[in-house]
Amino acid sequence: MKFRGKIVDVACLNHVTRVISTISKLTKTCVLRLTADNLFFVLSGKVANGGVSMWCELSQANVFDEYQMEGVSSEDNEICLEVTPENLSRALKTVQNAKAVKVKLTKKHCPCLTIAAELPTLSSISRVVTHDVPVDVIPRRLWHEFKEPSMPDFDVSVYLPPLKTMKNVVDRMKNLSNFLVIEANLSGEMNLKIETDLVSVTTHFKDLGNPLWGDDASQDGGPSPSRDPEAMAQARVDIRKLQQFLMGQQVNPSKAMCNIVHERVVHLILLHEDVSLQYFIPAVA
Amino acid sequence: MDCVVTGGNVKVLAKAIHSLSRIGDELYVEPQDDGLALRSVNSSRSAYACFLFAPLFFSRYTVPGGHTFRCKMAIKSVQAVFRSLASLEKTVEKCHIELDEQKNRLTFTLHCKHGLLKTHNLSFQDSESLQAVFDKDSYANVFRSHPRLLVDTVVHFPPSLEEVTVSVSDERMWVRNHVEEEDQSKAMLTELCLASDEFDHFAVQTHNSVTFCLKELRGLLVFAESTGLPISMYFDEPGSPVVLSVTDSVLEGNFVLATLSDDPNKRKNNSRRAHTPPPPPDDFMNDDIDAYLIAMDTSIAPGPSATGPPTTPLAASTCSKQPAAANHRTRLYSEEEEEEEEEETADSAGPPNKKFCSLFFGSVLPPSSQMTTQPVTSQEVLASDSEDDEQ
Repeated sequence: MKFRGKIVDVACLNHVTRVISTISKLTKTCVLRLTADNLFFVLSGKVANGGVSMWCELSQANVFDEYQMEGVSSEDNEICLEVTPENLSRALKTVQNAKAVKVKLTKKHCPCLTIAAELPTLSSISRVVTHDVPVDVIPRRLWHEFKEPSMPDFDVSVYLPPLKTMKNVVDRMKNLSNFLVIEANLSGEMNLKIETDLVSVTTHFKDLGNPLWGDDASQDGGPSPSRDPEAMAQARVDIRKLQQFLMGQQVNPSKAMCNIVHERVVHLILLHEDVSLQYFIPAVA
Repeated sequence: MDCVVTGGNVKVLAKAIHSLSRIGDELYVEPQDDGLALRSVNSSRSAYACFLFAPLFFSRYTVPGGHTFRCKMAIKSVQAVFRSLASLEKTVEKCHIELDEQKNRLTFTLHCKHGLLKTHNLSFQDSESLQAVFDKDSYANVFRSHPRLLVDTVVHFPPSLEEVTVSVSDERMWVRNHVEEEDQSKAMLTELCLASDEFDHFAVQTHNSVTFCLKELRGLLVFAESTGLPISMYFDEPGSPVVLSVTDSVLEGNFVLATLSDDPNKRKNNSRRAHTPPPPPDDFMNDDIDAYLIAMDTSIAPGPSATGPPTTPLAASTCSKQPAAANHRTRLYSEEEEEEEEEETADSAGPPNKKFCSLFFGSVLPPSSQMTTQPVTSQEVLASDSEDDEQ
């Protein structure tokens, strides 16, 4: 197993730092899959994280100027590591002005991702800062847990309102209730509802638009054409999970969508430049 | 005591007080003939700071005649006087500090714009003398740099980080975070290498590594950066304190921090290593991919950086191996002390604590009131950092 990448472009460094920073706000640990073309940050839905799962994909060519990866074997040409994104984020944040940043898989006292940056200085010798981030190598037999999630058989798909607005609403609702109902229909309407013994609050969003999933929508499990456009599909979720998702978003994505499987799962998809982030929040009774 | 600080110096005084607050909870005030000394020490006596403001810093400076006056007060109260630095600059024209010995009060009067007077009466307690014994000019390794260099170095370490290890060779300085042995498997290791020509002055006599607490230093860095004064750093053998100073014509600030000491076996290794050739030049950025076939088997690769200082993290971890009962923080001691002498005093029947403290601080009060009472279990007399232990 070998991995070595070099980032020289400031914009690319900035880009990957922001992605990792967003991931670090969503989860404490996750799996990093390195393939020949892509980097994937994966969180598989387990009871421990409340059933929430995440899949983030970015293309390595848009980050690294040089990229060499040799996986576990030639048939399984990828590397799977368990990482703490917070550590990676911290290491990258302080080297934004570096001339070059190298990321390598190394073995120090344990397997590590070593991030080494050459910092500009006034003197002739440049300053090198090295961060060794400990990682765990995931054995091949467990790789099936970190496969790309399939598109759920959703009932409604709707574009999200501006994330900042959603975050403000959810932040305030969190003070009143632990659970929130997200509902949306095929007429571009979405409601966020909370209900307690004393009060119920609903925020209505209109004219959001519904994404079209194309001709193969029926194979992918898109909404059936006979569905009543006014009918709401809803799911009741833990409000903290939704808040966590909204808190982590630093950049307004070019596309933000929400797929709801009635009373089963909320599937959030964000697309920005070459990065796609999918977040699944299971519904609770 | 009666002194007046005017103009921009009010802000300097305020910043000094804020940086002292990063060390300890109490401010020791001692007006001396050579200036006003403001000092602070942390509860485990492992960090000490002193700012000495010369009489010329003040537009008026009079000391109480005849007797020496010393007091201490809660530093938070003094900080409250100088709370907002931005507004100090804009509105305060002068600050008058006056002692009222009968009422045990120190009065701070801020003369502000538009004839506004803000008077703060702070009560104080009598205190013992607090004076660290150190002789930085005799230390083997001396460095001086613009504060920006140290600030840029420290930024790479998380704010919560406790300890850093600084190692030097003839041309380089390495700064890395110090990780306790138990945490080593999961901790992130960060290492930064500075070249000698980034410093204004870089004089190394012995290739040493010292480990000290970073948190307490940040107060000095903030002060130095805002005043633009160069920081000088002095250190010697591990165990001997590291001293950081800022100086100009009217003030001198010294921050003295304890360092982790070696056990005697380790010390021998250190002196041997001092004679080994310096590590190969940093060719990290020109590496060849073939050289990076990582060993996924049991072989152990070199320390944090292939070109790191002689002290690898494995070796450094033995440094922190101490008897389980004892706190590994060493105490500050006068640099005249020999390792052998400590061993003798510790083994002797007498109360070692008393001896340790009187060597370091010119203390006149009996040991029980202020000093730690932790039993000594090794030749390093260790200070307790727990308030509970102090009587």
